[in-house]
Amino acid sequence: MLVSIYRYNPEKDDAPYMQDFEIELPAGKDLMVLDVLNLLKAQDPSISYRRSCREGVCGSDGMNMSGKNGLACITPVSAAAKNNKLVLRPLPGLPVVRDLVVDMGQFYKQYEKIKPFLINDTPAPAIERLQSPEEREKLDGLYECILCACCSTACPSFWWNPDKFIGPSGLLQAYRFLADSRDTATQERLGDLDDPFSVFRCHGIMNCVNVCPKGLNPTKAIGNIRTMLIQRAT
Amino acid sequence: MVTQITSFGRSGLYDWMMQRISALVLAVYSVFIIAYLLLNPGLTYEQWSGLFEMTSMRIFSLLALLSVGIHSWIGLWSISTDYIKATGVRFFFQSLCGLVMFIYVVWGVQVLWGL
Repeated sequence: MLVSIYRYNPEKDDAPYMQDFEIELPAGKDLMVLDVLNLLKAQDPSISYRRSCREGVCGSDGMNMSGKNGLACITPVSAAAKNNKLVLRPLPGLPVVRDLVVDMGQFYKQYEKIKPFLINDTPAPAIERLQSPEEREKLDGLYECILCACCSTACPSFWWNPDKFIGPSGLLQAYRFLADSRDTATQERLGDLDDPFSVFRCHGIMNCVNVCPKGLNPTKAIGNIRTMLIQRAT
Repeated sequence: MVTQITSFGRSGLYDWMMQRISALVLAVYSVFIIAYLLLNPGLTYEQWSGLFEMTSMRIFSLLALLSVGIHSWIGLWSISTDYIKATGVRFFFQSLCGLVMFIYVVWGVQVLWGL
């Protein structure tokens, strides 16, 4: 199989380039893309990429595989390769540090903006703040996000305005705290989102839903934030 | 919070809502005009000008005209902030759009009222 990898070492290369590798994959087994990368790294130790848990939990190995963002560790080669060719590129829209490693600074900055922690001014109870099963249920489909950045870097609005648009991942988390019955800062949170960029740069093209490796739906969460903003304003 | 003084209503929610409402007005107006033309195949000048003599039609047309202005302002503002990164060029483009929309509205009022 032919594997084409985006290579860039700012200390040595003037510009990024694609390097082709020919690799014999073991028969009768459908490897994950990360396994292929590990095999190639044994051949050429200079290939750089992030990975940690190798089971789709840590979100380190988000990358663009034959045009679609995803986690290399849980994407089978059969699903990512086209015409027996696998093209691996870093997540689009973020500065490349080296090869498949990107600088996630801008992504984390947007995450930080939405205050990703519970805010509650009422006196803390002796043990813990309780939630009914129904209240807890509202967080399903929101809390599972692993911040791999596959969605935000698949979003054109985030490519054009990464400094102003929070992006699907950050907005999914924003709604996670808006929907939490234990959070009392709902009005302040909504106030921080009611500008032309933070939420409203989402034009609902749903690239985020298409690529999310955890099967989450940021577009739906953004719709819910919009509804909350309308309820607050009318 | 990101503030943008050149956006239409300065609030994302307000712009978003105006975009939807103006789109609705334009859709209804377009369907009405197309249906009117289809239902009146041998349309005469008298009939056509008679339609636009009616106050209700003038209100409807002015509403559609304002909707064109608002809708295109919000849309083009959004596109210009996406793709034009140089502030001077962007501001020039946005001013030009604003001017063209203003001209269309005034001109449209003149046409509708036959001034």
